[in-house]
Amino acid sequence: MAQTADERPIPIQTTPAGQVVPLAPDATGGAMPATRRSAVFGGVRRLLANRKAAFGAAILLMFALVGIFAPVIAPGDPSDFVARPHQAPSAEYWFGTTGQGQDVFAQTVWGTRVSLTIGVLVGIAVAIIGVVVGMTAGYFGGRVDDVLSLVMNVFLIVPALPLLVTLAAFLPPGMLTIAFVLAFTGWPWGARVLRSQMLAMREKDFVSAAQISGESKVRIIFAEVLPNMTSLAVSGAFGATVYAIGAQAGLEFLGLGDISTISWGTILYWAGNNAGLLTGAWWTFVPAGLCIALVAFAFALLNYALDEITNPRLRAQREINNVLGRSKEKLPKRARATPVVRRAG
Amino acid sequence: MPAPPPSSAGPVSVALLDHRRDGADAPLLEVHDLHVEYLSPRGPVRAVDGVSFTIRPGEVLGLAGESGSGKSTIAHAILRTLHPPAVITGGEVRFRGQDLLAMSDEELEQFRWRDVSMVFQSAMNALNPVMTVGDQIIDTILAHQEMPRQRARARAVELFEIVGIDPGRLNAYPFQLSGGMRQRAVIAIALALDPPMMIMDEPTTALDVVVQRDIMQQIEDLKTRLGFSILFITHDLSLLVEFSDRIAIMYAGEIVEFAPAREIFDNPLHPYTRGLMSSFPALTGEKVRLTGIPGAPPDMVAPPTGCRFHPRCSQVKPMHRQVVPRLREVTPGHFVACHLYPEMG
Amino acid sequence: MRYILRRLGFYAVAAWASLTLNFFLPRMMPGDPESVIFARFRGQLRPEEVEALREAYGLSDDPIFLQYFTYLTHVLRGDFGLSISAFPAPVTDVIATGLRWTLLLGGVSLVLGFVVGNALGVLGTWRRGSLLDSTLPPLLIFIGSFPYFWLATLALYLLSFELGWFPLRHAYSDRLSPSYSLDFVQSVLIHLILPAGTVVLVSIGGWLLGMRNTMIATLAEDYITFAEAKGLSQRRIMFSYAARNALLPNITAFGMALGFVLGGALLTEVVFSYPGLGYQLLTAVRNLDYPLMQGLFLMITFAVLGANLIVDLLYVRLDPRVRGS
Repeated sequence: MAQTADERPIPIQTTPAGQVVPLAPDATGGAMPATRRSAVFGGVRRLLANRKAAFGAAILLMFALVGIFAPVIAPGDPSDFVARPHQAPSAEYWFGTTGQGQDVFAQTVWGTRVSLTIGVLVGIAVAIIGVVVGMTAGYFGGRVDDVLSLVMNVFLIVPALPLLVTLAAFLPPGMLTIAFVLAFTGWPWGARVLRSQMLAMREKDFVSAAQISGESKVRIIFAEVLPNMTSLAVSGAFGATVYAIGAQAGLEFLGLGDISTISWGTILYWAGNNAGLLTGAWWTFVPAGLCIALVAFAFALLNYALDEITNPRLRAQREINNVLGRSKEKLPKRARATPVVRRAG
Repeated sequence: MPAPPPSSAGPVSVALLDHRRDGADAPLLEVHDLHVEYLSPRGPVRAVDGVSFTIRPGEVLGLAGESGSGKSTIAHAILRTLHPPAVITGGEVRFRGQDLLAMSDEELEQFRWRDVSMVFQSAMNALNPVMTVGDQIIDTILAHQEMPRQRARARAVELFEIVGIDPGRLNAYPFQLSGGMRQRAVIAIALALDPPMMIMDEPTTALDVVVQRDIMQQIEDLKTRLGFSILFITHDLSLLVEFSDRIAIMYAGEIVEFAPAREIFDNPLHPYTRGLMSSFPALTGEKVRLTGIPGAPPDMVAPPTGCRFHPRCSQVKPMHRQVVPRLREVTPGHFVACHLYPEMG
Repeated sequence: MRYILRRLGFYAVAAWASLTLNFFLPRMMPGDPESVIFARFRGQLRPEEVEALREAYGLSDDPIFLQYFTYLTHVLRGDFGLSISAFPAPVTDVIATGLRWTLLLGGVSLVLGFVVGNALGVLGTWRRGSLLDSTLPPLLIFIGSFPYFWLATLALYLLSFELGWFPLRHAYSDRLSPSYSLDFVQSVLIHLILPAGTVVLVSIGGWLLGMRNTMIATLAEDYITFAEAKGLSQRRIMFSYAARNALLPNITAFGMALGFVLGGALLTEVVFSYPGLGYQLLTAVRNLDYPLMQGLFLMITFAVLGANLIVDLLYVRLDPRVRGS
């Protein structure tokens, strides 16, 4: 359905809908890659200048610090029985105690470590598989693309959670198994997006230039094109991390993880097993869930900001809103007819 | 917002452009000192900057200029189908004396198509892809006239016969029609309510040359038969010369030359008009070398001072860079905004 | 027609892939599957059960491709082996009881979530900047950040346990037996509200945002401006022109989300003890009932493929471009 571009002989600057806003070169994908390091730093700086992104990054930083300094924040073994079971939160035990008399706060702090590690590991693994498979399919097209796309689509259509459960039931229990099955089921989402973007990128001038100058295909894909698609790959990794943390918690909640390790998922499993909620001990259940939600929300914010910065349409919309917000003129948000704003003079 | 640059051509009185305002020849459409801006982060883009013209019943007014000169924006401003960030910032648009800029949404809905209809540049994009062309005619008729669906359908059959498409194709979807047929279908929709005026925005640009001739011939015939006025917009000056009564040449949001069609053809005055004339092979007449105009249209956030065409003009003098040329009559009925010509007597 | 045939071919490949995966699952266990399974049961298996397992897996001394062939012919005959936990009931009989509940719960929550989410997306774009448009998306993103099973458990605790508004478990009252009586239907509906409601709540956010994005893109199309120029009413433009076109990519997304939502219903069924395939799957996992587990996995996959086919047929109805050429 590429009729829009083909039928217009002249690129029109001012369409009736008013898209006259200039597009930054990286958004159109026509830019030559800058030196890697400065591009990365520039990208991170631009991302953090966005308020949503900064907020999301702050939340993540906080959790990372909690995970790293768990032994400092909550010294001792979080599995130890320290008090009477199901005690409500108090000055001594901020989040109360579990049905087995463990400190919920200590468990939540230590759980951060395991949950985040698995999440980030799977996120990175998924991003790498996605980049390799998606970009290869998109660059080569033809048979290669047919086969890889078929594989992607099969993976997408097979219901992930039942597959996870079945796999986890057959494989030896443990964190490694969990990480493996999460990566195994999680990769095609990002790969699909990268593939379609690669199909568009393949037609760009700088790719043809690289082809003519005889660069190797691997180099073209990963050194020339990939830097122009970082935001997509990063966004895919964020999404995969959220998926991994949530699915891990889900599997563990079902009792399919390694229930002797402490993670947010196993905390919830034990809360369910010890009837935490049904005896009114909400504190065994609420903190871990909130942590997962906060991390997911932080990644969602980062992704939203990333989209806002790199998606020309959203960016244009935001900047126009800024202009409209700054000017004193009151405009209806969605006018049915062109607004008339008479300027004095 | 930066201070607006010194005012350009300035309002030209309507009377100046149209000598006969009384009786049956009273103008159908009057556009007076129209200003349209696109709000952008860099400041307002002055897409249409003080444009005035009139159209009499049965007249064909041609509007020519490069893409981005503001032609299409004028067309959409008349129907008020531009959306923010586009804003009408000044001027008057009257149809049979009614002020279009003061109309309520409901009044506008009635005015549109009943009084002025429009043929879009790309018929493929103008037609709803998931609705049959017949239904798209019928819903136009039913939006304005209360009648049984059967009668609207009979009218659609009639319209297809008028534009020379087999009425059996009323049940076709846009993608099932050829480019020429789609454009005819759009013309049929434009004729649906038998409006006194039609705007044609590059109606043949997307078509190949042979189909182009056919469609133009058809429009000509329909006009003679039905007697509507046309505001005809194109970048193809040779097409205009054959087809219109008077021609206005637009550059950078302003009308820079305005004269009867024959006069523009025989005696183009503005260096920009001359450039445009030489960018197209004349369909009739002797062969001339195509030269075109060097340079690109200006940035309309900060248009050039003085004569807006000066950076691209071969006959520029220092004074032209500072003083804004006014549109004035240099020979009877021939107006030009250029310092090279003295005002008439 | 060609489109449907192509899709059917794809589903055949997907079905074959999941069958093959299923075949290799027991053989992926480290060591000899028979002894591993045997060890997990700590010798509690009766000899006939061991035989059933061997039979179900086609475990024999034949070369692997022959085992694979035997397995495929069994499955094609609808023979998934015997359940161990419900020995000697065939796996298919056990599955049949769960299938209808999963179809009911999954179907209702999917369709409801899709319809409500898309409708809200259209309304929000129509009234850009309204309260609906500015507060709902961030709120739903926030809700969507919580793990589904966590929200569901919380809802179960607050609404069923504390307030007693909804039943605590199962798909219908224990005092009733399945029939087409009014009492029974009513009981089924009451038991459905909370499980379906929680799925709808977490899924509408995605639909709403997707619809909002495609609507914004569609509203910039020429045919919308043309429709406005034609003097059509705003309502007609929004629904017959904008929403009608914006819906198409969302239907494609609907097909892709099927596996996610139908598969995710597993958690719903577990939290609400709803006796569908997902609940059965988890029970089978706990009972180490491997043949049942695999049969359930296949059945859920086939249900997703079937639902996708329905979506394809719907898509063909809605997009004339696919129907034509």
